Amino acid sequence: MKRILLIIMAGILAWSPAAAEEKKEIKVGFIYVSPVGDAGWSYAHNEARKAIDGMEGVETAFVESVPEGPDSERVILNMARKDFDLIFATSFGYMDPMLKVAKRFPDIAFMHCSGFKTAPNMGTYFGRMYQARYLSGIVAGAMTKTDTLGYVAAFPIPEVIRGINAFALGAQAVNPEAKVRVVWTKTWYDPATEKEAAKSLLDVGADVIAQHQDSPGPQEAAQQREVYSIGYNTDMSPFAPEAHLVAPVWNWTPFYKEMVHQVRTGNWESKSYWWGLEKGIVDISPISDRVPVDIREKVLDKKAEIIADTFSVFTGPIKDQQGKVRIPEGNSAADAELLGMDWFVEGVIGTTK
Amino acid sequence: MGRIRVIKRQEPLGWPSCLVVLGAAGVSLVLSGILLGLQDRPPLTATAILFQGAFGSAWAIEDCLIKAVPIYLCSLGVAVAFRLQIWNIGAEGQFALGAIGATAAALYFPELSWLLLLPAMALAAFLAGGFWGLIPALLKIHMRANEIIVTLMMNYIAILFLDYLVYGVWKDPASFGFPMTPTFSESAIVGRIGDTNINWGLALCGICGLLVWIFFRFTLLGYELKASGENVRAARYARLPYERLVILVMVLSGALAGWAGFIEASATLNRLQPSIMVGYGYTAIVVAWLARLNPLYIGLASFLLAGLRVGVENLQLELQVPAAFGQIMEGLILLTVLAGGFFTEYRLRLRPRP
Repeated sequence: MKRILLIIMAGILAWSPAAAEEKKEIKVGFIYVSPVGDAGWSYAHNEARKAIDGMEGVETAFVESVPEGPDSERVILNMARKDFDLIFATSFGYMDPMLKVAKRFPDIAFMHCSGFKTAPNMGTYFGRMYQARYLSGIVAGAMTKTDTLGYVAAFPIPEVIRGINAFALGAQAVNPEAKVRVVWTKTWYDPATEKEAAKSLLDVGADVIAQHQDSPGPQEAAQQREVYSIGYNTDMSPFAPEAHLVAPVWNWTPFYKEMVHQVRTGNWESKSYWWGLEKGIVDISPISDRVPVDIREKVLDKKAEIIADTFSVFTGPIKDQQGKVRIPEGNSAADAELLGMDWFVEGVIGTTK
Repeated sequence: MGRIRVIKRQEPLGWPSCLVVLGAAGVSLVLSGILLGLQDRPPLTATAILFQGAFGSAWAIEDCLIKAVPIYLCSLGVAVAFRLQIWNIGAEGQFALGAIGATAAALYFPELSWLLLLPAMALAAFLAGGFWGLIPALLKIHMRANEIIVTLMMNYIAILFLDYLVYGVWKDPASFGFPMTPTFSESAIVGRIGDTNINWGLALCGICGLLVWIFFRFTLLGYELKASGENVRAARYARLPYERLVILVMVLSGALAGWAGFIEASATLNRLQPSIMVGYGYTAIVVAWLARLNPLYIGLASFLLAGLRVGVENLQLELQVPAAFGQIMEGLILLTVLAGGFFTEYRLRLRPRP
């Protein structure tokens, strides 16, 4: 017993001074809105966390399933109290709580995903997922036989509306008759509800199901009814091997690596990042063999155009559901317009309320 | 070899029943420790981290108290109804209505001084929450509708109504389309007690708890209510005004949950948004049962449950234990304490073989 204690103490003594003299060690905290095993949003963030956890001098920790509200403020606050150097809050609802904590801890770098409020020590970040959704829309538009695409959507907020519009524009680029029917579940992660919502879309004639949800519920519904599906967040093909055509996916690793690097070298400053396909923060999963080769090539061509900045998804003329021109010919929507988008493009069936 | 016989106690166990509760909590901790061990986490360290996160520092205790406030008010409300054996499962919806009522006052009279505005918000929350409790009471009395079903269903209506408001008429024009009301004016925010982070909602809990205790202990109405709860038929026979009591408890119950919504919206969120709904109304039912409807015990149970939830976050942060583990622990505690209730009603006697 004594010997074990001695070994432990020797270990502690040997470890701590060395650690202090090495390169700066940083602690990075993540707060997630859903469980990390969800194969969805939080899963994608957590994969990136694991990637930076392997970096030298970086220690990470996370708290999952934190409701957006007072609870999240406490979790962020506790990370700050435990001297974390960099904290990522990965859901929109963490914006105000994080802002409150950021004001009290000016020496800690705070990064909030998907919001719009900043502070001298709090920046925001997001990815242009709509670019990847546009590409997935091309696949869906080409594969539908009924010209009806179903879209199981979470909440009528700009991020989701923007994604639906981009998806519809992509589909219409190859199939002008394509319509997108939208159902709101008002949930981010509720496998049963989201599966039922997908079924309701299949019942009204949709033969490709897309989703802005964190659960693979809609994928399973498509698989069972033997129609096609478009995943989200990560490659969801394991959940629906027959149905899954492609998925717009998140890859947060390059961004998190960059932030960690900035904090370690003392160059971090509060900014609003909105990276896209060009940085690889958003992408599409491998396209299924069921999609004809010419369509696959078209998708990859468009991807190259977006990366080269020779094509922008929201380029006019774009009409809204009432047929009114919202983005005039020759214009591209500005970021501010995209970030506050609250209207559907023509060809989307549903309401943004 | 003997045989174990189960004998019903003549009198329910008195003070030793708290030993039963402690024993049950201990058993659930041991079971949790085993579960942690199975996941290759050191059980003793984990338990220490859990307690340290919950009660190990001044701010941890503050966090627990803040979190306990809405749980306590909802639970107290539920307990008032349960005393009359009216099964109000609707604290969640009444909480939502209270938040809506308080928000309405805050949004429509932002210029008022806090001296007028905070009482106005409290009154609006009381009326809105009470109204949401009144509907199932009237349906029960006049239509014989089961209050369990009605209150449960009305939760969904209330939450959808809240969504409708924050996605629609009350949406902050500066929120980029996100569902939330504008931030309340300074005078609509319940302040903090002294230098602490704790808001004055805690004082409201104390006052409400005391009033409820006095009401049941010292007033005739409170006595009638308890008596009717024990036996509805006897109460009717004794000409106790059962219908009016049902209305009274449901309105009070709803109003208390409504106040929880008021405090959450005003003191902790400073606005109304859908994420205000985190299930305190359902947690309240568990807490009320654990505490046997006693206002003081409810306070204790709310605090401990809040501590468990806060502590589990610490456990996640330090040992990367999954979040679901907290729910498992909550379930274990509820199960063992309720099972332990058996020993307060019955005792076991070892009978020697004849």
